[in-house]
Amino acid sequence: MGTTTDTERSDEMAPVEREPRPVRDPNSTWVRVRGPLRTIGFYTLLVVVLVPFLFVFYYMVTTSLMSPVDITAADHQWTFTPTLDNYRAVFEQTDFVRFALNSLVIAAGALVISWVVGLPAAYAVARWNVPKFALIILSSRITPGITFLIPWFILFSRAGLIDSYRGMIAVHLIVVLPLVTWLMISFFEELPTEVLESAAVDGASVFRTFLLVALPMVRGGLVASSIVGFIFSWNHFMFSIPISGRSTETLPVAVFNFMSYGQVNWGAIAAAATLMVLPVVAMALAVQRHIVRGLAIGAVKG
Amino acid sequence: MASEVATQGEGPSGPPGSRGSRGLGDRVASFVDRHVVGVFVSPGVAFVVVMMAFPVAYTLYLSVHEWVGGIDQPPQFVGLDNFQRLLEDQRFLLALGRTFLFTGVAITFQTVLGVAIAVFLHREFRARGMIRSIMLMPMIATPVAIALIFRLMFQPQLGILNDILTSIGMPPLAWTSSASTALWSLAAVDVWEWTPLIALITLAGLSALPEEPLEAASVDGANGWQRFWFVILPMVRPVVIIAVVFRLIEALKTFDIILVITQGGPGFATETLNIYVYNTTFQYMRFGYSAAMLIVYFLVVLGCAVLLLRFRRAKD
Repeated sequence: MGTTTDTERSDEMAPVEREPRPVRDPNSTWVRVRGPLRTIGFYTLLVVVLVPFLFVFYYMVTTSLMSPVDITAADHQWTFTPTLDNYRAVFEQTDFVRFALNSLVIAAGALVISWVVGLPAAYAVARWNVPKFALIILSSRITPGITFLIPWFILFSRAGLIDSYRGMIAVHLIVVLPLVTWLMISFFEELPTEVLESAAVDGASVFRTFLLVALPMVRGGLVASSIVGFIFSWNHFMFSIPISGRSTETLPVAVFNFMSYGQVNWGAIAAAATLMVLPVVAMALAVQRHIVRGLAIGAVKG
Repeated sequence: MASEVATQGEGPSGPPGSRGSRGLGDRVASFVDRHVVGVFVSPGVAFVVVMMAFPVAYTLYLSVHEWVGGIDQPPQFVGLDNFQRLLEDQRFLLALGRTFLFTGVAITFQTVLGVAIAVFLHREFRARGMIRSIMLMPMIATPVAIALIFRLMFQPQLGILNDILTSIGMPPLAWTSSASTALWSLAAVDVWEWTPLIALITLAGLSALPEEPLEAASVDGANGWQRFWFVILPMVRPVVIIAVVFRLIEALKTFDIILVITQGGPGFATETLNIYVYNTTFQYMRFGYSAAMLIVYFLVVLGCAVLLLRFRRAKD
């Protein structure tokens, strides 16, 4: 006999048929929703739970489509005539495209180096079981970022790396590299060892096996971890503020700086925020499972 | 972590291959493999060591120096003066307290809500995939963008939160404009952002649990609440604790939303350690003093993580 796990509505829930397996697969559940009233009750509560999460995004998008009059009105305007003026303002009054390109270039640079440096490391850790090395790479994720930000700032200032792509890519790499490495470890671990070993028996060097046998087999994982790494770089803020300058400002830094210039144009801010969030959310939905794993790296394995 | 990094170095010799060596060919292959581990791993490890061990050592060096006013100035050795000054620095001590308060409030709410949502969602229904997508959005959306939108929502006149409050007959709140509510408002943003992570991790934990204990409990006549409290919760607790430890370490480091929404204000009402260190460095350029703070800060984060993991082991 199955049971409900929800405390408040347990008396309303229908008993469910028993499943014979002792350990359940990830998609199965204890409770099935049955009966029209229960269904309505459940979905009502579901909406109540989810509305707060969605509302902020709804507010962001609607504000970005409002005219200044509607935004500053005494009461919130639930109905309004949408306008694209705010988006026009973002593109005309700021170098939005250039900031987006900066974000893109820096994330791409960090990703490519993460592939070159992180993929072999992940492969070695997964194949020869040397978690110690992986933990060293992970330690950058656990230490408060500001601990190394300040020495970097001083060093980068001396070396002339402030406001350079090289400097920005280096600091973003410390975010992206552990992520890509750790996600790839689990993809490499799933590979059947026999295939890799038979390649070795056939005389392929370890490097060739890695490059020509293992990598093609994890290309799905490579796409997923790259998207996750890209998102983390795109979102990153703290390291970028002191290390970036006029010519290497990433989107979050630039949009944050909009606020400092005199009057705050909330419509344009909302439009910029929407433009910044949109690609990330779109990409995130494509690789859902890996995002949560990426966010929980260190929690799960550390 | 730091000392581990420092002492590990980038030694290219990995542990011996775990595959048993059978013949001569295998032994040769295993010999090659052993070096390959080093070759494959060292670039990544070297990068992290250079990027982290150096800063940690440099921070230690800076912490015993007075260095004010810009990177052109020469640092002067002052011994432990910086640390002594920290103990008398009200602003530091209050920031430390606020860091704990913010973290405590945020973590408590997101844990309770997250577990409740996970238990509520752990059933079969249509649109499970959609729910997952919606829950993913707060934690993946660019924090600066989210913080800007919350900053607008919190505006006493413009923002929507007070419009909603007054429309249901409640008095408007000052949110982030008053020192008494600002830190709580920021904690609410953190709860909004990270409750889904706790929920999703707990949900994954719930899915992996066996159902026999629950069946036994209901056969024994346990009601919904009893089943939750005495059966489900103990089984899923290890997963929840890991999620909480992780979130706790992250919450101690919260930066984006505080800097964007309040910059530590009004007054110093939301100035946590992270923000204070940041301002000390990049606004006042007091590198030596901020380095001393960083060391305390690092020890605090590390201490919290170790304590919690101890606690977890003791419970298991």
